[in-house]
Amino acid sequence: MQKQFILLLCLIVSATSFSQELKGKITEASATGQPIIGASVQWLDTQIGTTTDENGNFSISYKPEFTKLVISYVGFTTDTITVSSSNFINHVLVQNNDLEEVTISKERKSLQKSYMKTANVTTMSSKELLKAACCNLAESFETNPSIDVNFSDALTGTKQIKMLGLTSPYLVITEENLPSVRGASQAYGLSFTPGTWVESIQITKGAGSVVNGFESISGQINTELIKPVNDIPFFLNAYGSTDSRFELNTHFNKKVSDKWSTSLFLHGNARLGKNDMNDDGFLDNPLSKQINVLNRWQYTDMEKGWVSFLNFRYMNDEKQTGELDFDKNRDKFTTNYWGSEIKTQRYDVSAKLGYVFPDMPYQSIGFQTAFNGHDQESYFGLNKYDINQKSFYSNLIFNSIINNTLNKFATGLNFTYDKYDEFVGVPNISRDFNRIDNSVGAFFEYTYDNTTNFSLVAGARVDNHNRLGTFITPRIHARYNPWEKAVLRASAGRGKRSANIFAENQQLFASSRVFDILNTGGKIYGLDAEIAWNYGVSFMQGFTLFNRPAEVTFDFYRTDFQNQAVVDLYASPQQALFYNLDGKSFANSLQLDFNYELATHFNLRTAYKFYEIETDYLSGSAQRPLQAKHRFFGNLEYETHITDKGQQWKFDFTYNWLGKQQLPNTASNPTSDRLPDYSPSFSLMNAQITRTFSSTFEVYVGGENIGNYKQDKAILGSDNPFGPNFDSSIIYAPIFGQMYYAGLRFKIK
Amino acid sequence: MKKIMIMLFISLVGFAAQAQEKKNKNAKHTVEVKGNCEMCKKRIEKAAFSVPGVKSANWDIGDKQLHLILNEEKTSDEEVQKAIAKVGHDTEKVKATNEDYEKLHTCCAYERN
Repeated sequence: MQKQFILLLCLIVSATSFSQELKGKITEASATGQPIIGASVQWLDTQIGTTTDENGNFSISYKPEFTKLVISYVGFTTDTITVSSSNFINHVLVQNNDLEEVTISKERKSLQKSYMKTANVTTMSSKELLKAACCNLAESFETNPSIDVNFSDALTGTKQIKMLGLTSPYLVITEENLPSVRGASQAYGLSFTPGTWVESIQITKGAGSVVNGFESISGQINTELIKPVNDIPFFLNAYGSTDSRFELNTHFNKKVSDKWSTSLFLHGNARLGKNDMNDDGFLDNPLSKQINVLNRWQYTDMEKGWVSFLNFRYMNDEKQTGELDFDKNRDKFTTNYWGSEIKTQRYDVSAKLGYVFPDMPYQSIGFQTAFNGHDQESYFGLNKYDINQKSFYSNLIFNSIINNTLNKFATGLNFTYDKYDEFVGVPNISRDFNRIDNSVGAFFEYTYDNTTNFSLVAGARVDNHNRLGTFITPRIHARYNPWEKAVLRASAGRGKRSANIFAENQQLFASSRVFDILNTGGKIYGLDAEIAWNYGVSFMQGFTLFNRPAEVTFDFYRTDFQNQAVVDLYASPQQALFYNLDGKSFANSLQLDFNYELATHFNLRTAYKFYEIETDYLSGSAQRPLQAKHRFFGNLEYETHITDKGQQWKFDFTYNWLGKQQLPNTASNPTSDRLPDYSPSFSLMNAQITRTFSSTFEVYVGGENIGNYKQDKAILGSDNPFGPNFDSSIIYAPIFGQMYYAGLRFKIK
Repeated sequence: MKKIMIMLFISLVGFAAQAQEKKNKNAKHTVEVKGNCEMCKKRIEKAAFSVPGVKSANWDIGDKQLHLILNEEKTSDEEVQKAIAKVGHDTEKVKATNEDYEKLHTCCAYERN
């Protein structure tokens, strides 16, 4: 048992169990020290809040992981106080006048940017996720301007995401800090995590931390799942939409003992009906079925400082798409009708164990390990693609201080093993690509924080990888608060990765393109590893406009590729070329945000984004295809006051405008299968209304793409899918028009 | 690989356990310090950290307690209290001079008794 624990170490100590009450009294800073009646008291980043009674007293549920209590009252400065025990709190609020102090937040926001964190991190709470129509991680970023959600290609129905103008392979996507979407799962991986499982998402722009490996180039997305200790006994979510997609989520939770708790998450989704809104004879989105089961166990022993998680997961996903008349039993691998099936099975086992030294709360040791198997079998017309990946990952981290807690460090080791069995069957390539990748690395990361206005995280790691060689990955982040409510950040870092060119570009299989890898000398499909540097600066300023809080943010990031696995669709509409970068390739991204509270419970979020993503292709320098240079984003949210019975209305509206996008070259096609050089610009609108009947039951309805914008010609050569001009991979706008949905959530607390 | 990790883990734990035996290197002290707000908190903690040997300092606005972890071979809680009094905050054993108290921001003007 002891040995098992040692093996199953973990990292995060989000601990703990029994619910307690925290009591306190709020008074005003005056000679008489009058109690403040009706002051709001709330745990930061939670929905748990209360108000003070006629004597200024309050009582709020307390758990040790709650550390920041926000106390606010009209006319007084909001205080965020640090709570380290459930001892009675006497707090004095000071009247608003010439205060220098930074107030953190009056109302909990569902999308939160910190003034204090060193890296440029946005935290999305589960409340923010509810704003998305549906239903999995890939679709949960539609109300977040930092991430661009692309349109699902006709084939997979999966939404791809981009950050800083770069596609998801350039991001490190982790689940509770364990790499989750990588390698074989790159194309569809985000759709394998149901949204209801998610507790929060942290989005880091820029280089990222060395603790999580060397692969991240443009940023990191980490998902925290619901912790068994905090979970409610039962949760049910049902969803249905006019594109005939249905989802069902049930969660069960049990506190087995005072140290053990467990959650069981069951998810199923299906799209049963065939949709062809644009009458091209092809399905607009795939028929699909998914079953996804996760069982987690959490062990917590606060006194001794141990926390552990064990996860077991199984997922089976099946998709079928292609022509309406395609019958998989009859027409598979024939030219009767064009059709495609993608079957994915995946299992994951992961464990974490963390130990905090009782005498030294700043010192901890964590171990995490994961094993997963991913198996995809698929065909796209006559093209065939199979990939099987078995991965083992483990990470050991030791955290402590140098002299005092102003100087912290993390150091450790990781080990990664990936075994790929891949088969590619396209016209001029028909063979296995099997490979084993393994790497071992050591990292050291130093954090300085003067607790007031400056912090710095500097890290480096050395890795030895059987294909990438031995190399150093340096990364640095710094934060400075020059004046009140302002934060200036800068970061720089290097990333290196092997591009899984087929897994990452699967949409190209659904075309008549001939694949060609032009290099032969490299170690990954003949190509060399991708290497890029990322630099960024960010400035955020909070201020008051007409007595209401407002915030502006300016972000600029640049990614410079030293080497890249270039995917070239400019050479010819009948070719997809892969080759190592020869020349320059960079991605500049600029984002301006303006957020404002228009009225109480009425918030506006806007963003303008500018992207310049240029690569030297064989045919010359050009913008990356299917990338809008200009984008505008707007979101309005309004909530009514929660009544005593917990009833509430919530309204949400999102507007997106996309400028013209450069399209792959189709100039040599016959006129009917030719696309212009650029797509038209267009806008999209989504809206949602949620009615909460009580704290345990709510229903929601909404619409996506209400303006009913559809891409003119979604599939080239659709009248002759086995001919030379067939291509379903050029998607710059929605294929399916307006879509409406409804759902419900029921909880037992 | 696994074995190496187990060994490394054990050695790290062993190392830490050894460190813990010399209790005085990580001695926990709790001291009451007068103050009001977040600004006070920063000032108090900054003063505490300025004393060599202080490893961790966390002042709780709610109960006005300063939680310290310090190396007793290098310093004592009294040294820390002196440093804090010097920036204007009264502690259990050491009171700030009127002069230092007057220098505090109006919001930090805690009630003195």
